[in-house]
Amino acid sequence: MIEFILNNKIIKTDANESITLVDFIRDDKGLKGTKIVCREGDCAACSVLVGELDVSHNSVKYHTITSCISPLANAHGKHIVTIEGLNQNHILTPVQNSIKNNNATQCGFCTPGFVIAMTNYCLNPSLNSEEQMLDCIGGNICRCTGYVSLVKAAKDIISQTQNKGEKYQLQELISEGFIPEYFAGMALKLATIEPKIPNNHSSNIIAGGTDLYVQKADELLLRNHARFIHSESKSSVKIQNGKCILSANATVSDLFHNPELIRSIPELHDFLRLVSSEPIRNMAAIAGNFVNASPIADMSIFCLALDAELTLQSSKNSRKIRLKDFFLDYKKTALQKDEHISQIVFNIPNKSAYFNFEKISKRRNLDIATVNSAIYLEIKNDTVLKANIAIGGVAPIPMYLTKCSEFLINKEINLGTLKQLLEILNQEISPISDVRGTADYKKLLANQIIKQHFLKLFPDSIKFEEVL
Amino acid sequence: MKNIDSNGHVRGESLFIDDIITKSNTLHAAVLSSVVAHANQLQLDISGALSFPGVEAVILAKDIPGENQIGGIIFDEPLLAEDEIHFQGQPLAIVVAESNFIARQARKLIKVTCNQLPVITTAKQAKQQGGFINPPRSFGMGDVEKAFAECDYVFEDEVFSNGQEHLYLETQGAYAERMENGCIKLMSSTQGPTVVQRITARVLGVSMNKIEVDVTRLGGGFGGKEDQATPWACMVALATHLTQKPVKLILDRHDDLKMTGKRHPYESSFKIGLDKNLKIKAFQAEFLQNSGAAADLSPAIAERTLFHATNSYFIPNVKTVVHSCKTNLPPNTAFRGFGGPQGKFVIESAIVKAAEQLNIPAWKIQKANLLQENDELYYGQIAENVEAQNCWSQFDKTFKINKIQKEIDSFNDTNKQFKKGMALMPICFGISFTNTPMNHARALVHIYQDGSVGISTGAVEMGQGVNTKMLQIAAQTFSIPEQLIKLETTNTTRVANTSPSAASSTADLNGKALLKACQSLLERLKHVVADEFSVGVDLIEINNGRVFIQQKETDWDWNKLVFEAFWKRVCLTENAHYATPKIQFDKTKEKGHPFAYHVYGLAAITTTVDCLLGTYEIDRVKIVHDFGQSMNPGVDMGQVEGALAQGIGWMTMEEIAYNNDGKLLSNALSTYKIPDVFSIAKDIQIESLKTEGNDMAILKSKAVGEPPLMYGIGAYFAINNAIKAFNPQYQCQFHAPMTPEKVLMRLYGKNSS
Repeated sequence: MIEFILNNKIIKTDANESITLVDFIRDDKGLKGTKIVCREGDCAACSVLVGELDVSHNSVKYHTITSCISPLANAHGKHIVTIEGLNQNHILTPVQNSIKNNNATQCGFCTPGFVIAMTNYCLNPSLNSEEQMLDCIGGNICRCTGYVSLVKAAKDIISQTQNKGEKYQLQELISEGFIPEYFAGMALKLATIEPKIPNNHSSNIIAGGTDLYVQKADELLLRNHARFIHSESKSSVKIQNGKCILSANATVSDLFHNPELIRSIPELHDFLRLVSSEPIRNMAAIAGNFVNASPIADMSIFCLALDAELTLQSSKNSRKIRLKDFFLDYKKTALQKDEHISQIVFNIPNKSAYFNFEKISKRRNLDIATVNSAIYLEIKNDTVLKANIAIGGVAPIPMYLTKCSEFLINKEINLGTLKQLLEILNQEISPISDVRGTADYKKLLANQIIKQHFLKLFPDSIKFEEVL
Repeated sequence: MKNIDSNGHVRGESLFIDDIITKSNTLHAAVLSSVVAHANQLQLDISGALSFPGVEAVILAKDIPGENQIGGIIFDEPLLAEDEIHFQGQPLAIVVAESNFIARQARKLIKVTCNQLPVITTAKQAKQQGGFINPPRSFGMGDVEKAFAECDYVFEDEVFSNGQEHLYLETQGAYAERMENGCIKLMSSTQGPTVVQRITARVLGVSMNKIEVDVTRLGGGFGGKEDQATPWACMVALATHLTQKPVKLILDRHDDLKMTGKRHPYESSFKIGLDKNLKIKAFQAEFLQNSGAAADLSPAIAERTLFHATNSYFIPNVKTVVHSCKTNLPPNTAFRGFGGPQGKFVIESAIVKAAEQLNIPAWKIQKANLLQENDELYYGQIAENVEAQNCWSQFDKTFKINKIQKEIDSFNDTNKQFKKGMALMPICFGISFTNTPMNHARALVHIYQDGSVGISTGAVEMGQGVNTKMLQIAAQTFSIPEQLIKLETTNTTRVANTSPSAASSTADLNGKALLKACQSLLERLKHVVADEFSVGVDLIEINNGRVFIQQKETDWDWNKLVFEAFWKRVCLTENAHYATPKIQFDKTKEKGHPFAYHVYGLAAITTTVDCLLGTYEIDRVKIVHDFGQSMNPGVDMGQVEGALAQGIGWMTMEEIAYNNDGKLLSNALSTYKIPDVFSIAKDIQIESLKTEGNDMAILKSKAVGEPPLMYGIGAYFAINNAIKAFNPQYQCQFHAPMTPEKVLMRLYGKNSS
């Protein structure tokens, strides 16, 4: 039994928990405002708002997801809002008005998704900049407008959701017509829904589903008894003794919003903005990114450089394994049949550490990397104490560059070191040609990205002209 | 006036095919398509699928009661494969089941056997083997051989432009219901309701009046639903005919991407000759169009390539030829610009090649050769109301080309890792279907006895705002509030024999017909007033819903007038027809006056390239565009902005990839990238050309759908110039799109294509 609130109605359903939320919304509930375009999270036309009780149980915090790759089960205990749930009788909401008045709707197919995404901006008191508004709509694809009018609409909304610099709170949003009245009582309603009982018997685990539903949605429908860990417990990111400890269902957004992590990795937002789009980051479990074992998985690369360690849990026991030992071959991991990742731990960069993440793809945002790479260096007395370099897209697995990393130990950072490093790199990688690029290109790009790490981290030691 | 659909759009209440509440006994179809690109001796074992629970029918070519033929221009494309397969994604069978999920599951159970044959994926391969769709077309003027001999400079090179996926957000789809007496009603997401009607009738072996096609709106078309919405409508009609139940088919994105054609890739070559004053004296080009496995609209698209091969320039000696080459790709089809962009990319490449060799900015050659009044276009039309020079001078006055160039040069002098590039892109695009007989339309207007108005035209609303323009025309002509007017769906029983909504001319053709209908009704209503008040008709005016005689307000308002007319048995319905005057084209001579008018404009695009990583950003786009006298600046500006993004996408990140087996590799939104909000230019300034407008355009408001797409070509050359600023050894290559891969390889001197 799945129980949640869809707009202002309580839903209790015995429908197949594995069906996508969008199919439930459109087919079972007949709400046709949510559109299906790609069924792989790449356009956000199917976006819905998801409200979750905060820890205090006093308020509801909203974010967006793409409902085309989210299992119905993950709606359990949440407030799901579709475009119909925002509509007011006889009047348009300020978001809807801004889109209309800026001529920011043409064919109309992407429009409900944009309304949802922009309303998400309005609903989050912490969001108050143009950059954050662009995060909200960054995953939404429009083929008609060229976005100029949509950006104008977005800017109008930014100015309309604040009074003298103070962002509107829930009551003001209701009185100004951004959301209907029923939002006010939502925390109380959600508090009455019991958490879902964990299905501990199933080793068939689905977290965000952002990879699985892209690859085999139909197959998931036919499978029985999946375990939906997003619906069982809240994800967590804990910082303890210089380590970051992630629950198995922790998402990319959990990292994005962690204040301590932002302090130790000041560019965290810039890095993670390169990872899919906000609605996907809100769903995608980092552990899932590892298990999928794609050679260009962004979070695998990111965490390889942070030398993450995984706890693998089976029905009988648990063991620990370093992420760099986890990937065995193309789409093959060290995970045994009844095992799953139960925890991820990585070291937070300390004050003497340097960390950088680079990703190149055809489109900068919401694209799969052609080559991505992360580097972590600890430096003392001008020499390298610790080095972890990871690179994706140039081998069958997300690759930890063992030789490159070892080479750097006790070296000084200078042009000579970099040149030798690149020679080792070229022996260590073995890119192939595919839709994301030719082998020659990927090889050159891998070299350029490693150079970029050093140019960015050590601008005083290495200059662009020298690395040509 | 805002788009009349915008309220429904922002509330998610606008209905698309997949949103229609279907009848409870509706069946759902899934299409099995070929996984090989070329084969014969096709055999299908459907027994497993047929016995799958919930499956109602599996339909094969042999079940088609009429002709298994959906070709429009040339009869060369079956609805379902019979013995031969010609592309991956070619429909083989239709599975009809209780649910879409069941249909998809059962589809997997069909066993396909066939004898595979060699696969051709490029136009050059096809040409070598003599595989053509139709005989080549060739246009010419003057004597190129003689002119080349007299030129001071002559340059040659090859040019490639890739295809482009339409990526209309709403995938292809249709819904069919059986009506009485063997009739079928189709709801289709098509730009061409009549095409759907005609071909469906042919496939079912019935007359056209048995098929009703209704179109509410499209979730984007861009040409991709001009001819290629037809097969899916035929399939549901066929399934309804065979099962006697309503049938719905909505392609999922993967099926849509692999089964439908795209913008044509072109493999071309040129020769350009100039004199010392940078005047282009001769231009020669050969275009190899990769047409795919069937004709579709390829011959018409090829023709438009020739029409636009000289872009905005006057060239006295021109010779062009186009070959529509038959390959084992899905039949390529209409896409905003319709062959024009491919033609323009070649002449612009030729100019850039010449500029590179002469070591001057390309815009000096562009400027020296702009069309002037009464120049003869090389297909025989005398250029009238030419705005090419006006666009240029207004642009230079507003945006100052020298200043832009200087800023870029000084940036490049002081920056090493980042280099900027700028390119200008003038456009001149002919408006009208180049197939003259298609340039007509009709409008049906009912004034109801309560004063409200219902309008039907042949125009299909797909986001371009044509219905909004139609409503404006009626409101303006009658001078009544917009709220009194409703735009009906596009329906073949109300407006028949329509041309597809295409060629940027939908608002012109349907709008002119509507204008005539409204004027006739207005005249009739004025006669009612004249009779009642015993005054001359020319003294009567309706203004803002009130009746005036000699500028004096009477006590009659619109409602009173309409009701009086009705009571006096005056006809309150009018059907009007419009056919574009003057246009003609003689295909035996390849000369004539094919276009009602031309749309002009000039864009400057500036980019910044990261010369370490090969990535780039589009910094600025400045445009002077010839809207004529825009009747709806909000709608028209949206067309320019949207077309620009699509054009830049075509030239930069949108990369169609097939492997040598004819398999589409860019087969999902994860592998085919279109511009997102982050990739558009931060600064886009679009200014209207100051002009009188053109009477051949509806209310002097020029067609706007396609022309601005071609500004995007400037993005290719802007990035090209930035590469050159970093790598002086780089010899310009004309191989689009300019992906980050190509940029990096060109920055570091290696060839990549």
